[in-house]
Amino acid sequence: MSLTPQEIDRIANLARLQLQPAEAERMRAQINGFFSIVEAMQAVDTTGIEPLAHPVAAIQDVQLRLREDAVSEPNHREANQQSAPAVERGLFLVPKVIE
Amino acid sequence: MKQLHDMTVAELAAGLKAKTFSATEVAQHFVARAQADTTGSFLTLNPEATLAQAKASDARIAAGTGGALEGVPLGHKDIFVTKDFPTTAGSKMLEGYRSPFDATLVRRLAEAGMVTVGKLSCDEFAMGSGNENCAYGPVRNPWDTSRVPGGSSGGSAAAIAARIVPAATGTDTGGSIRQPASFCGITGIKPTYGRASRYGMIAYASSLDQGGPMARTAEDCALLLSAMCGPDADRDSTSLDVPAEDFTKSLNADLKGLRIGIPKEFFGEGLAADVRAAVDGALAELTKLGATLVPISLPRTELSIPVYYIIAPAEASSNLSRFDGVKFGHRAKDYTDLESMYKLSRAEGFGPEVKRRIMTGTYVLSHGYYDAYYLQAQKIRRMIADDFQNAFKQCDVIAGPVAPKVAWKLGENANDPVADYLADIFTLPASLAGLPGMSVPAGFGAGGMPVGLQLIGNYFKEAQLLNVAHRLQQATDFHLRKPDGV
Repeated sequence: MSLTPQEIDRIANLARLQLQPAEAERMRAQINGFFSIVEAMQAVDTTGIEPLAHPVAAIQDVQLRLREDAVSEPNHREANQQSAPAVERGLFLVPKVIE
Repeated sequence: MKQLHDMTVAELAAGLKAKTFSATEVAQHFVARAQADTTGSFLTLNPEATLAQAKASDARIAAGTGGALEGVPLGHKDIFVTKDFPTTAGSKMLEGYRSPFDATLVRRLAEAGMVTVGKLSCDEFAMGSGNENCAYGPVRNPWDTSRVPGGSSGGSAAAIAARIVPAATGTDTGGSIRQPASFCGITGIKPTYGRASRYGMIAYASSLDQGGPMARTAEDCALLLSAMCGPDADRDSTSLDVPAEDFTKSLNADLKGLRIGIPKEFFGEGLAADVRAAVDGALAELTKLGATLVPISLPRTELSIPVYYIIAPAEASSNLSRFDGVKFGHRAKDYTDLESMYKLSRAEGFGPEVKRRIMTGTYVLSHGYYDAYYLQAQKIRRMIADDFQNAFKQCDVIAGPVAPKVAWKLGENANDPVADYLADIFTLPASLAGLPGMSVPAGFGAGGMPVGLQLIGNYFKEAQLLNVAHRLQQATDFHLRKPDGV
């Protein structure tokens, strides 16, 4: 398999990455290079094998816990917004999305 | 008396407890060493914060309420968020970022009394094997400054080898504790996935990321790991309900009768002769201590490369979607609308390797490709985990090299990212299976560069790995040697 320039553009759009043309071309070559080692994976017969998400599930049942739906944090708005690029009156600013 | 920076964590803890020296004196000594550092290990120092922590330690020592590691300094990989220091994850995306909270592991080590010297360099978002992907410049290997320290916890490994800190935190997703430990001649352990909290560890690949300690000796790693492990039920949904443990208890256990599995796939053509000689030497020492070597097979070792480099980028592409220039992180200056703000902020904030992995991950998760790549990789991941369980029927621990060759020259793989991926072959299998793994100094190879022995244990067998490593260190002196000029 080999990705075309159009596919690279499509993936970059999905990933919300603005790639310069030279960068996109370099990346295309590198990702295609990487997929040459992925071929070996395709040949493996995995019929009937369950995918493994939490590795310890290989030996025991692992339950993903949910915590109580209770307030555990006081208001830390200022601390939480100290690294925000643009804030006004405690709100995060973004470019206009509704005309 | 030994100089403070030549002391181990255990020696420093004992000296502090006996009031031979104060936490403040210790902190001043290590901050001065960090300020004079030439390896590039540190991204941020904050002497005021460090000395304030040390002063609080001294007060606890005076009051007799000190923790197990009271006053002992360490550095944190810059992937752990900290209140007292900026956190960048080695990325321009997070330049100047200040976290409102401390990562669980940072907090637990502080509760044990440890004092933070600063934040240590790493590959951007922990993606890399040579620390060359850090946006703030490379780190030099103290054993040969023209070589990489390994990655992604390269700053942690180099700072310990250069005796700038006695210990540090690292994180291991595909080998990022074990491989730099091997390249820099120090000791590091990645515990079982789920044993140490991931809360506040900036996520790269969530089903693989695991924090752990790095230090010069196995005993020191045991001391830190004892403070790090334990459930974090409210903060990390993958954290396991396995209690903390005193990993120093069985350090001296006898190795008589220990069966060490030797996977033939780890000793094939790809393994450099100098690395093999050092590893064989360490294995011979272990047999002298009573262990027996058992040939085993991990037949899907080579497959772990594509499997890992599908799963990890897939998870990374999802995790890194939070960097959109809105709530924190870099925002581009010139944009026309919301979408262009996202795209330009991400294009400017991320480095090339991070972008490659986001692209690969986005592709393998996209419509029509998910089953063929991500799901197939997760199925083979289970087969790899099962291979280990089969192997552990014949042996107690598994041993082999950490990496196929010693640390490479800076820039050597610059135009060939796949070359870095292939070099991860021996660390990826245990990562995919979520097993504990460690690197212990085994000797020296070409150019006098350190070589590590990798030890892999079954789930929750960290104490056994540390025991084997400690006994090896009682019989050898590789971990005591230091680079010229240090």
